[in-house]
Amino acid sequence: MDVPVHFFLMLSAAMFFIGVFGFIIRRNMITLLMAVELMLNAVNINFVVFNRFLYPDYFEGFFFALFAIAIAAAETSVAIAIIINVYRKIRSIEADDVAEMKH
Amino acid sequence: MIFSLAIWILALPLMMFLFLGLAGHKLKPATAGILGTAGLGVVALLSYTVAAVYFFGPSREGGLQPEVLFSFDWLHFTDQLQVKLGFLLDPISAMMLVVVSTVSFAVHLYSNGYMHGERGFQRFYAFLSLFTFSMMGLVVATNIFQMYIFWELVGVSSYLLIGFYYEKPSAILASKKAFIVTRFADLGFLIGILVLSYYAQTFDFITLTSLEGPVIGHPVGATFLGVSVLTWALVLIFMGGAGKSAMFPLHIWLPDAMEGPTPVSALIHAATMVVAGVYLVARLFPVYVLAAPDALMVVAYTGGFTALFAAVIACTQNDIKRVLAFSTMSQLGYMMLALGVSGYGGHDGLGFMASMFHLFTHAMFKALLFLGAGAIIHAVHSNFMTDMGGLRKHLPITHITFLLACLAIAGIPPLSGFFSKDEILVAAFHSNKLLFFVAYAVSGITAFYMFRLYYNIFWGVRREYPHPPHEAPLSMSLPLMILAAATIFAGFIPFAQLVTSDGQPFEIHTEWVVAVPAVLIGLTGILVATLMYKSEKTLPDRVAAFFGPLYRWASRKFYFDELYMFITKRILFNKVSSPVAWFDRHIVDGFMNLLAYLAQRSSFLIRGLQSGHIQGYVFVFVLGAVLLSAYMLLFVTL
Repeated sequence: MDVPVHFFLMLSAAMFFIGVFGFIIRRNMITLLMAVELMLNAVNINFVVFNRFLYPDYFEGFFFALFAIAIAAAETSVAIAIIINVYRKIRSIEADDVAEMKH
Repeated sequence: MIFSLAIWILALPLMMFLFLGLAGHKLKPATAGILGTAGLGVVALLSYTVAAVYFFGPSREGGLQPEVLFSFDWLHFTDQLQVKLGFLLDPISAMMLVVVSTVSFAVHLYSNGYMHGERGFQRFYAFLSLFTFSMMGLVVATNIFQMYIFWELVGVSSYLLIGFYYEKPSAILASKKAFIVTRFADLGFLIGILVLSYYAQTFDFITLTSLEGPVIGHPVGATFLGVSVLTWALVLIFMGGAGKSAMFPLHIWLPDAMEGPTPVSALIHAATMVVAGVYLVARLFPVYVLAAPDALMVVAYTGGFTALFAAVIACTQNDIKRVLAFSTMSQLGYMMLALGVSGYGGHDGLGFMASMFHLFTHAMFKALLFLGAGAIIHAVHSNFMTDMGGLRKHLPITHITFLLACLAIAGIPPLSGFFSKDEILVAAFHSNKLLFFVAYAVSGITAFYMFRLYYNIFWGVRREYPHPPHEAPLSMSLPLMILAAATIFAGFIPFAQLVTSDGQPFEIHTEWVVAVPAVLIGLTGILVATLMYKSEKTLPDRVAAFFGPLYRWASRKFYFDELYMFITKRILFNKVSSPVAWFDRHIVDGFMNLLAYLAQRSSFLIRGLQSGHIQGYVFVFVLGAVLLSAYMLLFVTL
């Protein structure tokens, strides 16, 4: 119980920006999905940490984290479905190849 | 009772127009012709009955008063400003009902023969019905706005009928010319209506012309350029009338309008539509004579000048329809002159009565002349009198009726033209000596050119014709005979008992001082024409050479067409319209084009941002978020 709160926050910030970096840099859509998961989990850590340190008698932060995990699972399944369909259509899961919504 | 049927005088031609116009192409041409003629026959009978009941019925006691048979609000703007449509019956409208329906019926009947086998036969009848409807509506208008509406409608039907042969370039040009010139005149008419009704606070004819009404009873004091606004309004209204009635200088459309089929010329450009201008002045006559005598002077001198001017031109034309067109202009000028020299009430209103009388008789004999000319053209297939001659043996009925009409227009008793012309001369004699002598001169010239026409067609050298000319079929000769009968007997109608300026009958007496010289002048004109044209001689050429430039000018219609072309094309188009068009195209449009061009260029510049690469968007978004947070941290203290 001696770990100070900013250690956790630094961890979550590092995870979040690794996710952002990965999301911008990587080309494979599956990897992009993984980057999104990283960001979501960074947020989950924040929820839990703040709940634990600020309001130890309440549980909303934990519940929010649980919600986020459930929704992330659903979102991932939708995203995978989309990626599979994109693959069927253009035989590629490279993000640069899916650039039809331009000018 | 009978007056409740009067609406059918308007409704029947309108229905006929809609029916023939929409379903005519499904009918056989002959059916359409018979249908149109029968419909017009019913209209004519109704008109005669209505006129007879009005003139000789119980309303006769104490003078003929105007009667509004029905009237309804057509446009209701405010309690002061409303436009009504209705049916006004008074001496002149009842008389015009007779004129329009008679001539229209004759023309409908005649066209069955004349237009036989033409393409668009049903369309022709539809347009004739439209014209009849519009003319009837104009005649019975209860207010000046209704008159204006129908005034434009007759203009449209005239346009459609002049351009009936729409594949002939000259017909198209003529129809456009007629429409534009009369439309230009109608601009003056409209302004006149607005000014007059602004000061009078009413459109209604009965209120406008009533002696205690807002116009005559309490004259307007306002002036514009030193002339009373009322005079301005009436001169502008007369401008509309001058356009329709082909008064100088708005006459240029009428000769060209002869490009239309001949029955159309007879109906519209001789007997009915062109007298609308005279009718308009007559309709507002009390206002002219009592409230704006100056405007009436304009009417008188315009009429007198046009009468002389057109008569001189008519002597030099070779196209028989054009001779008749100029003769129509000249006679319309006569009617205007008669109105212009007239006074108001009782015997002073002789000029008014004479003008209406001449309108009536002229409609009959001029329609007869045109229909006769149609029969001649039908037989010879040419409009030019140089292609004619010696036709009296081939076309006996046309010959006799044409001769009657020529004698009538020359003013030889006892034909109708003599009586009406004599009244005009008497009226002019008592009020304006200058116009009186103009009228005398015109009557001599009229006799001369009509008999020049007559001799060149029916006498002179006998030519060899490609097909032997044949008399017209019964459908064409019957209207000739009907109108010839009208020409003979119309002079005996006691017009002074029926159609007077104030509705009160008065006595007329023949003034031999005026009548005898008039007949002598007419006979002199005929005699000169006989000497010159009865047999082929060189005399006409020598006379033409004697007049030299005058003859040349007159045969070119005093170069008025060229003058108008010069004014419109060289001055208006080149000096005014072209610069304005250039300004519009380059400055006004150019500014708009510049705005559009700038918007387009700038959108090209930034459209690269919309790349479709989601990662790019995310990058920009994150960058923005980071920058915003940095800004908040550094510069905003919470």
